[in-house]
Amino acid sequence: MLEVKDISVGYGERAVLGGVSFELRDGKTIVLLGANGAGKTTLIKALNATLPLTSGDIALDGERLSKISRREIARNIAVVAQENETRFPVTVLEFVLSGRFVHGNAFGWESEADVAFAERALADCDLSGYETRLMNHLSGGERQRVVLARALATGARILLLDEPTANLDLAHQAMMFRLVRERCRSCQASAVVITHDLNLAAEFADEIIMLTDGRIAAKGTPTEVLTAENIKGVFGVNVLLDENPASGNVRVTSVF
Amino acid sequence: MLLIGGLLFLLLAIVLAAAVMLGAERLPLFDLSEQQRSILYDIRLPRILLGACVGASLAVAGAGLQSLLRNPLAEPYLLGVSNGAALGTMLAFVFFQSLEITRPLLAFAGAGLATVAVYRMAKSRAGMNVERLVLSGVIVTTFLSSVIVMLTTLLDAAKLRSFTFWLLGDLSQATVNGVYLSFGAVIIGTIILMSQARALNLMMVGERDAFDFGVEVGRVRMLVFGASSLVVGAAVAASGSVGYVGLIVPHLVRLIVGSDNRLVVPFSAVAGAIFVVFADTIARTAIAPRELPVGAVTALIGAPLFIYLLRRN
Repeated sequence: MLEVKDISVGYGERAVLGGVSFELRDGKTIVLLGANGAGKTTLIKALNATLPLTSGDIALDGERLSKISRREIARNIAVVAQENETRFPVTVLEFVLSGRFVHGNAFGWESEADVAFAERALADCDLSGYETRLMNHLSGGERQRVVLARALATGARILLLDEPTANLDLAHQAMMFRLVRERCRSCQASAVVITHDLNLAAEFADEIIMLTDGRIAAKGTPTEVLTAENIKGVFGVNVLLDENPASGNVRVTSVF
Repeated sequence: MLLIGGLLFLLLAIVLAAAVMLGAERLPLFDLSEQQRSILYDIRLPRILLGACVGASLAVAGAGLQSLLRNPLAEPYLLGVSNGAALGTMLAFVFFQSLEITRPLLAFAGAGLATVAVYRMAKSRAGMNVERLVLSGVIVTTFLSSVIVMLTTLLDAAKLRSFTFWLLGDLSQATVNGVYLSFGAVIIGTIILMSQARALNLMMVGERDAFDFGVEVGRVRMLVFGASSLVVGAAVAASGSVGYVGLIVPHLVRLIVGSDNRLVVPFSAVAGAIFVVFADTIARTAIAPRELPVGAVTALIGAPLFIYLLRRN
């Protein structure tokens, strides 16, 4: 479990996040919503200790994150970041296997178990048969799925995903969210996902946190958070709300 | 991979044997006369072995720096690391001439300082791009060259000629001690780089990425900079600035074995040794009995390839 207690984060003098508190319980998916520049990516960076806190505290299973070694954090928390590009000819399998770094020693090669983890992650992301293809020959969407596969291959209990569906087609967007939710339910993992798609958030989130100017504007279940008033306040957009006839969850339609 | 490794070692053996035999005085591989034996053990063998160590050193440093800096164009010579080492060696040569050990020590210090200077200059808040890194390397290289040229005014004419040759990359002053030192440095440096190879595989994609996946980025950077400075320092102190080896060799190795640094680093060591011994054999024999500096031969091969790489990127 990840407990976030009243944290503030800033770049130099500029405060980007302030007074943010929430709990990420095992098996749950939290979706972060907010306009560009609201502090979502900064929050993800703070959650895996990439950025130092200016105040407050984050605890992983009761232990302060700042006291835990880099390797130990990486064993527990995997990140899917926004940008991934390399000028070197790296194959898909090599890339996914690099996610097993914290499970091996420095000189060592990956074990059969590591390869099995990678193969399974690739299959889960609909990438079987891509093993020997080069990363820089893939489309943006394919690369994004490989990056997700690497995060899954780590076996980490907490997944932090920064706009993982940005380049994905409709089918793979749903696949990605379904995969993350299944992971959370079957392995007692948990996830924090940034997205701009309010309907995907409504379908897959156990809890939604809306950020505006680095502060929590709303927090709760999709039905509690996705109200016309909240959405107008955070995004400045008028919306119509009704019920998705297929799932029974709230459905958001923008009014232009 | 075993096959490729085996073939590389076979090629190294062939090149070494050819280098032993060819030269101003042709030597047989067996049944050497007393005079031929003296040529082999006192002159030719130290030179060939030093060439192998220098080639391996520059190639592994190139492989390590390229992965660390996420830039296939990074190379000790182009980044100014070799010139840093050259300036260090020269300072030792001018001010501590009787203390031979100060040359590799100051070369190491010079290489380390140049590496850190280029890294600091190339890194901005937005990160580091190819152009910025190459530009920083050029600035540091030209600045250090100017300092070296100014220092040469302190040398007398005879020393100046041998120094100019050395500066272009020259193996003709090889000594047994130089071979021991370079060999020790390249073994230690390669082991350090190999110990960081898995981390470098992640660093190739991005520092933030590597950090997220458990790499202690600062420690890896320090070890790779340290190991590169060590091997380049030892190589330059012994043989001057042999250029382009660190650029071409890791690039060719990657074309054959892919980008996994656990293969790229050791294979670059062997391929680097082959390349420099081969180039030096040309340098010794092309206009025999006169000689070319080996650095001129590696640059003649390396410069066109560098332009090709720049255009392709």
